[in-house]
Amino acid sequence: MHEEPLALLPEICLLAGAVVTLLAGSFLPRERQWVARLIAATALFGSAVTAATALTDPVRTVYGGTFAVDTATGAVRLVVTSATLLVIGLGVDELAGTRRESESYVLLLLGALGASVMGSTTDLLVLVIAFLLGSIPLYGLIGMLRSPGAAEAALKTYLLGALSGILLLLGTTVLYGLGGATAYADLAPGLAGAPAAALAVGLLGVLAGLLFKAGAVPGHFWVPDAAQAAGTPAAAFLTTVPKIGALVAIHRLVTVLPASIDGPLLVAVLAAVTMTLGNLAAFTQTDVRRLLGWSTVSQVGYLLMPVAVASGSAAALPALLLYLGAYAVTNLAAFAVVAAVPDRRTLEDFRGLAASSPWLAGALLVALLSLVGTPPTAVFVGKLTVFTAAWDGGLVWLVVVAALNSVASLFYYLRWIAPAFRRGGPEAEPDRSRTSASVAAVLAAACVLGLGLAAGAVLPLLDGPLTR
Amino acid sequence: MLSLIVFLPLGAALVLGASPLPDAVSRWAWVALTAAELVLVGVLVAGYDTPADGGLGWEERARWIPSVGSSYHVGVDGLSLPLIALTAVIFCACAVYALREGRRPRAQAALFLFLQSTCMGLFAAQDLILFFLFFDLSIVGMYFAIAGWGHGGAARSALKFFLYTFLGSLALLVGFIGLYLAADPHTFDIPELVAAAPLADDAVTGAWVLGAVLLGLAVKTPTVPFHTWLPPAHTDASAIGSAVLAGILLKMGTYGFVRIAMPALPSAWQAWAWVILTVGVVSVLYGALVALAQTDVKRMIAYTSVNHMGYVLVAVGAAGLVASGTEARELAVTGAVTQMVSHGLITAALFLLAGVLHDRAGSYAMDDYGGLAAPAPRYAGFFAVAAFASLGLPAFSGFVAEFQIFAGSIGATWVAVLAVPGILLTAALFLRAYQRLFTGPTTGRAVDFRDLRPRELLSVGGLLLLSLLVGVAPWPLLDLIAPAAASVVGLVSR
Repeated sequence: MHEEPLALLPEICLLAGAVVTLLAGSFLPRERQWVARLIAATALFGSAVTAATALTDPVRTVYGGTFAVDTATGAVRLVVTSATLLVIGLGVDELAGTRRESESYVLLLLGALGASVMGSTTDLLVLVIAFLLGSIPLYGLIGMLRSPGAAEAALKTYLLGALSGILLLLGTTVLYGLGGATAYADLAPGLAGAPAAALAVGLLGVLAGLLFKAGAVPGHFWVPDAAQAAGTPAAAFLTTVPKIGALVAIHRLVTVLPASIDGPLLVAVLAAVTMTLGNLAAFTQTDVRRLLGWSTVSQVGYLLMPVAVASGSAAALPALLLYLGAYAVTNLAAFAVVAAVPDRRTLEDFRGLAASSPWLAGALLVALLSLVGTPPTAVFVGKLTVFTAAWDGGLVWLVVVAALNSVASLFYYLRWIAPAFRRGGPEAEPDRSRTSASVAAVLAAACVLGLGLAAGAVLPLLDGPLTR
Repeated sequence: MLSLIVFLPLGAALVLGASPLPDAVSRWAWVALTAAELVLVGVLVAGYDTPADGGLGWEERARWIPSVGSSYHVGVDGLSLPLIALTAVIFCACAVYALREGRRPRAQAALFLFLQSTCMGLFAAQDLILFFLFFDLSIVGMYFAIAGWGHGGAARSALKFFLYTFLGSLALLVGFIGLYLAADPHTFDIPELVAAAPLADDAVTGAWVLGAVLLGLAVKTPTVPFHTWLPPAHTDASAIGSAVLAGILLKMGTYGFVRIAMPALPSAWQAWAWVILTVGVVSVLYGALVALAQTDVKRMIAYTSVNHMGYVLVAVGAAGLVASGTEARELAVTGAVTQMVSHGLITAALFLLAGVLHDRAGSYAMDDYGGLAAPAPRYAGFFAVAAFASLGLPAFSGFVAEFQIFAGSIGATWVAVLAVPGILLTAALFLRAYQRLFTGPTTGRAVDFRDLRPRELLSVGGLLLLSLLVGVAPWPLLDLIAPAAASVVGLVSR
């Protein structure tokens, strides 16, 4: 059964790290919780290093074809672990010394593990496990603040998550019944002659679960609420990391489908609806976290574009992986700025940021312009490759829709940039300084620019086969 | 060398932006840097020999994103070198003009140096992604220039400018992706795309791709009906912001026509030539008529930009009419490139002069002034010179440019005659504005109007002197442009 524990070393690191962090956190006094933080960071770092070394491994599946070790898996692991490290970096100020510091780290690690497994698995049953593994920590993270808003957001997420989970199970059952297997390698030939209607039911069920994790229409309702009400590190995490695993999982699933149903068109329509709805809803927001929440919804729309041409264009997978990395670091840069100035919650509060903290304003500018897709930032290269892949795959209309949406999105990002660079706020008091979040913000913004300029070096690494 | 010219201002902008220099130092540092750029560009021009094979001078190429066929590729030819020189001149004039700027001079210097980098980079770029990068960054820079140092409804105008031109830039990106996918092997390199001329056999896709590229460039140029962002942006921008916007940023659109759209999509361009010519004629007439109706000096000058850019469109449209003689079409394209340079010099001077009005009396409305010639004779003289240059008086660059455009375009098709009344209208509107502002008894805000200061004399005078120089002795510029224009016409006739 190809049992290779070493192939799963990055995941094992995360799991072990979560357990040790939980144990250590339970026995440490509150002022020494930094040890737990250190353990969590070490586990993430170890996971990232082992994932990086595993990049050169031969492409294969392990454990009976349930887990792929390929380029996509490597990219998911690296992005997930780096993103989670960055989340801890931007959240230290907020989490340090609180009652549930170590628990937060444990949940972050488990959530990252879920996302990583979700993006790597090639078996529907493991996908279900990964869904639960990734979702349950999220509910806890969102509710951690124990404010009325957080409770509402946690409940909303939980209800939607439970429903999506059931649909995912239903879809899995139907596909298993049709194809006679749950591993993609056996499922693909099994589904070849299946009736289209039943196939569509199965696909819709599985997609419903994954779209909830990705925060795409129709499973997006929880994202803005959770982003607004949860603590900043939790909000940063849940708008970034779960999407990584879910989108790669959708990509893997779409390549399995036979041509008898038009899965690509379904994904393309979902992409168009998601980006449009996210943008339109973001227009009128005044709370920056909620605005970022809706902006992440619209970004998932762009991310679904290469998925729609998963089997139609060879450039789709590298484009998706590059955009995922670019999106993760950009979104986290924006959240890091939010975390660095916790007293500024609305767009108007950001007035005068450039005067009081020019570096943070610079980081914010880079992050938001990157989300718009301005060169030479990371998301620009992502958008370029994604648009190219979609056009190459024959979806020119989707490229036009996405371009129009990019223009529309500029409007609400500018609503945020403009006050930040305007003079003097109503209160000229200095910001409560949050050192590590500020450092994380500037570092992430530098990465946004670096990834954009060095995309030429990164892109060839992502061009690998997808196995199943 | 070319990279140094492109990135020196950027590096200086970063240093200026990050270091807490005193205001006076940063103002003079800005002047010194733009002067250094001017010298470097002088060296560039002196060392440029028109390559025999229609290639590029000062070419540099480095790996950038090889997996999508994009590289860092810069170079100059007869189309881009005049515009690079224009960029250096205008930014230098702006730096001198802004020597007394009181509002955050260090940040302004850093921003305009950044803008200068993007403009230089755009005109030097020989790769579509590089072109797009500088195109977008110039929009971002100009947004901050308008929003940060403008007046009146600056925030709103800046937003409109950004949204509108960003729409254009994304249309451009979509068009570029279309070109990239059509080329075999896929590439974003401009010379390679020009050599391959993909989509030459695919009329439908070619039309769509050209449509996207044209939309992007037309918004930036701007042409009717995509010009509505221009008047508010100009009215609310600072004097030097307007000068750079009109003098250089508008040229990015027209430069895109001759650099990318015409040579890379020749068959589609031929098919669309009549549309482009018509839009050009409409822009000429409509821009002039609307300018005639303005009561605000800056808005008036803004609309004359629409008019002047219309001439360029007429010329490049006529160049696509392959049925007519090659010589006439080459003349038209030479005139179009000359017009870009000429319009840059004259309009920048006019906007700087208009800025003096706001500087002294806080208004651009013609009704607020009267008889300015008495308290400010030098100002009146300079404005007269600039106005005459703009309306195409012989001995100024505008005449050289417009004469060639008309001689060439009318040689290609009689329809271009329809644009000639634009010159009459421009003459009328400038004379009328001049009368209202400068002649008669001194009234309104013109009382105690202070005449031009040395920095204003120097910056505006320099620009007008160059316009005069081009008008009197056009041959060095024309010798530079003509071979490149001939090769563009050759490429578009394929």
